[in-house]
Amino acid sequence: MTVEFKLPDLGEGIHEAEIIAVKVKEGEMVKEDQIIFEVETDKAVVEIPSPYAGAVAKIHVAQGQTVKVGCVMIGYDIASKGQTQAPAAAAAAPAVAPVKQAVTAGNNGATAQAPAHPAAQATTKVLTGPVPATPATRRLARELGVDLHQVNASGPAGRVLKEDVMAYAAGSLESRIQPSATASSTTSSTPSSISSKPAAPTSMKDKYGGSSADASPLTGMGGMNAGPVEYPDFAKFGDVERLPLKSIRRKIAMNMTQAWTHIPHVTHFDEANVTELSSLVTKYEKEFAARSGDNKVRPTLTVFTIKALASALKLYPQFNSSLDENTGEIVIKHYYNIGVAVATDRGLIVPVIKNVDQKSFYDIAVELADIAAKTRAGKIELERLQGGTFTLTNIGAIGGTSMSPMVNFPEAAILGMARASQKPIVKDGQIAIGTILPLAMSFDHRLADGAEAAYFVQHVVKLLEDPFKFVLEA
Amino acid sequence: MVVGEMVQEVELAVIGGGPGGYTAALRAAELGIKTLLIDAAPKPGGVCLHMGCIPSKALLHAAEVIHSSKSAEKIGISFGPAKIDIDALRTWKTGVIDKLSQGIVGMCKSAGVEILHGKATFQDSRSVRVDCPGESAMRIKFKHCILATGSRPVKLPKLFKNEEDINSDKILDSTSALNLADIPKKLIVIGGGYIGLELGTVYAALGSEVTVVEMTDGLLPGADRDLVRPLANKLGEQFKAIHLNTKVNNISVTKSGVEIEVTGKDVPEKLTADKVLISVGRRPNSDGIGLEATQVEIDQFGFVLSDETCRTKDKRIFSIGDISGQPMLAHRAIRQAYVAAEVLAGKPSAYDNRCVPAVVFTEPEVAWCGLTETEAKAKNISFSTAKFPWSASGRAMTIADTNGTTKVLFAPNTTLVLGVGIVGPRAGDLISEAVVAIEMGAVLEDLAVAIHPHPTLSETVNEAAMSALSRLDRQAKKDSEKQISST
Repeated sequence: MTVEFKLPDLGEGIHEAEIIAVKVKEGEMVKEDQIIFEVETDKAVVEIPSPYAGAVAKIHVAQGQTVKVGCVMIGYDIASKGQTQAPAAAAAAPAVAPVKQAVTAGNNGATAQAPAHPAAQATTKVLTGPVPATPATRRLARELGVDLHQVNASGPAGRVLKEDVMAYAAGSLESRIQPSATASSTTSSTPSSISSKPAAPTSMKDKYGGSSADASPLTGMGGMNAGPVEYPDFAKFGDVERLPLKSIRRKIAMNMTQAWTHIPHVTHFDEANVTELSSLVTKYEKEFAARSGDNKVRPTLTVFTIKALASALKLYPQFNSSLDENTGEIVIKHYYNIGVAVATDRGLIVPVIKNVDQKSFYDIAVELADIAAKTRAGKIELERLQGGTFTLTNIGAIGGTSMSPMVNFPEAAILGMARASQKPIVKDGQIAIGTILPLAMSFDHRLADGAEAAYFVQHVVKLLEDPFKFVLEA
Repeated sequence: MVVGEMVQEVELAVIGGGPGGYTAALRAAELGIKTLLIDAAPKPGGVCLHMGCIPSKALLHAAEVIHSSKSAEKIGISFGPAKIDIDALRTWKTGVIDKLSQGIVGMCKSAGVEILHGKATFQDSRSVRVDCPGESAMRIKFKHCILATGSRPVKLPKLFKNEEDINSDKILDSTSALNLADIPKKLIVIGGGYIGLELGTVYAALGSEVTVVEMTDGLLPGADRDLVRPLANKLGEQFKAIHLNTKVNNISVTKSGVEIEVTGKDVPEKLTADKVLISVGRRPNSDGIGLEATQVEIDQFGFVLSDETCRTKDKRIFSIGDISGQPMLAHRAIRQAYVAAEVLAGKPSAYDNRCVPAVVFTEPEVAWCGLTETEAKAKNISFSTAKFPWSASGRAMTIADTNGTTKVLFAPNTTLVLGVGIVGPRAGDLISEAVVAIEMGAVLEDLAVAIHPHPTLSETVNEAAMSALSRLDRQAKKDSEKQISST
């Protein structure tokens, strides 16, 4: 018996696809689910599995050809092995044969995880029609701005549950405010900082989970250069492991690409002599902690830098703005909310301290200790992850002489703090020992120029170097 | 501006007092929006209440009583021929409408919704002129407007010789047919859609000799044929004739009645009757209300284009109900009314409903929701079906009517319920379970495991799902045996 296989429906709005590779030859025996074609749509590269087992009688298409949905691609001789293991559905309607790869960009495999029925043991996804979810779940998704197609479904038949939407929303929010790929820790640079436990080496698989069967191409985020990239055959040179790019890591990847492709980055480097401030910090540390009754509340360099930023942002509002590309407007924010990058087991998260210009050093120290602890425990409230206008990242606890942080899109700038350490300095013509804090600010060059960035960082440096000036200014 | 014109400013103006309009007004008021309901008709309720759903269902109830009393002979009870007092029937029907209409007025009053009686015409995107009968025109300035002006029956002016014939009282549309002026001896119904068949059923029960003329090859175009068949059989008994594939060329009003010329197979070229009912569809009331003065856009059929939040291309104006697209059904308008009002109140509402149930209130009733086989085939959507014939339903036997079928369409690989179609008595009441199932993303197992009360007709949904599951089980078993024997 001969059966024709037609190009299946590849998803909403996709009517044609270009054939990237033909994976089988005429006369070849094909197993069910074996990949027979790789095709590219305007949304993704998709692998098409065979719905049948049998011999390939005729291949009707060739590499490079653009085919329409419903076009006959392969003729099978399925009687030649005397059996068909094709699922009833595929045999009845080959034109809608299941496609293994998720089509929409960023879809991390909303497959039916718990088949409702033995006959439903399909690793495939129904590509047509809306995502199964109750009206209440759909409403929640709308409220949180979640596209149901992006959510991993845990219900039967790919049904998205309320819990799935909430988990997704929490994940995407965390990564949306993810600032810097280079920053891996957020602790303060002084020994008295809030330190996170050193990252224990974990297996990549444990960290990201899943098998490469869940992987889907990362597309729709490359700007002008969107399209498949050629990679060497890594396995040729030794053992490799392939893991799907999933959930938070995937979101981070997409957001970083967005930040990098939309914002022309420039980084300005400077350093602050914080000798005096450091000695004051050591002197008043205990008093500070005693006042709050919590020894995690400390007058760290991070606290002072946040306060210095509030002052600098008022002087140079271009660094407290966003460029709205849709309207061609600069959005100047008249509120000063500083995001502080916090390393967690799940990835980098940026809780926000709001209205820092209206808060005292002490208030900020208390809030910083609170959000750091809550974020690490995974208990940070969603509203405390939103509304940042400028981000501060600090890799001081780990080390490094400086960095080039990436702007937290759609903000205008990010300030990175490296480790404050003792260095020889020249003071009154003499070599002396001072504490030097390296600073690096990356900014959106569309919104500000290098001189402005230099003035901005200079202002921060001046305040950090002269505690008395700080008191006058802040 | 006319000198002396009254100007009133409101937050929200709802235009149209049908189920969409008054629901939107009530919901908006409930959410704290100051709302004015503008209705061209003297009493609120719209087509649904005055010229559609409610009067037709009242008259269909009368038809059912007549039919039941006749079919009771089969179970040993006879009443003799029905005596029909048409005036009393009309009075009862009008009473039902009046009571419901007063109910709407009462609800609006207690919700603080003001009702303005008059015809609204847009002046621009922020105001309408309302011509109130017997009073000077008013100008209403609004922040937002919800358009709910509904639809009206399509007329066939090209088939008539002159204007006089078109307006003759021998030519009926759904509105005048429901007024029940008299019972014509012979009635021709042009159009075999749900309106024609429902009204044909009423007139046939009241004693008219009904002939249906339908242009396509089947009744209820769009509905699945296997659901239409039992109805077509039953209508074959109630009606004098059903001419399919038959085109009407012209309609002329004569002294004694109406004469129509038709082309079709096995149909006489001329058909005569006392009255002709034209029921070939409805068109949206998007014309003659000044939409040109706004940013609102309409499509080729006259439907106002709107998005998932019911917002039109004019950001101040929303559209709901018949004017916003198919299917033109009251329950769709009611849901959209909620959406539009809630969106205006800043809530994250959207018209993202997965299905709109359709019910034809004939005898037997036909109801469906979600995917139909017709649609699935047209769009090449993969599906499987499970059917349960009512001849196997205990409840159907006890009501002496086993002329029915329940059908479930599901996704072959996930068993997700995609659509349900039912034909049989009370199919319209049974379909709600399917609507909930589809909205919730139910799979066959959900319908099969949930206990359905026995003995009821609702069990047929349960049975259909169970039969599909056991078929899939057998299939899986067969497949695994095959695999074992081949290795």
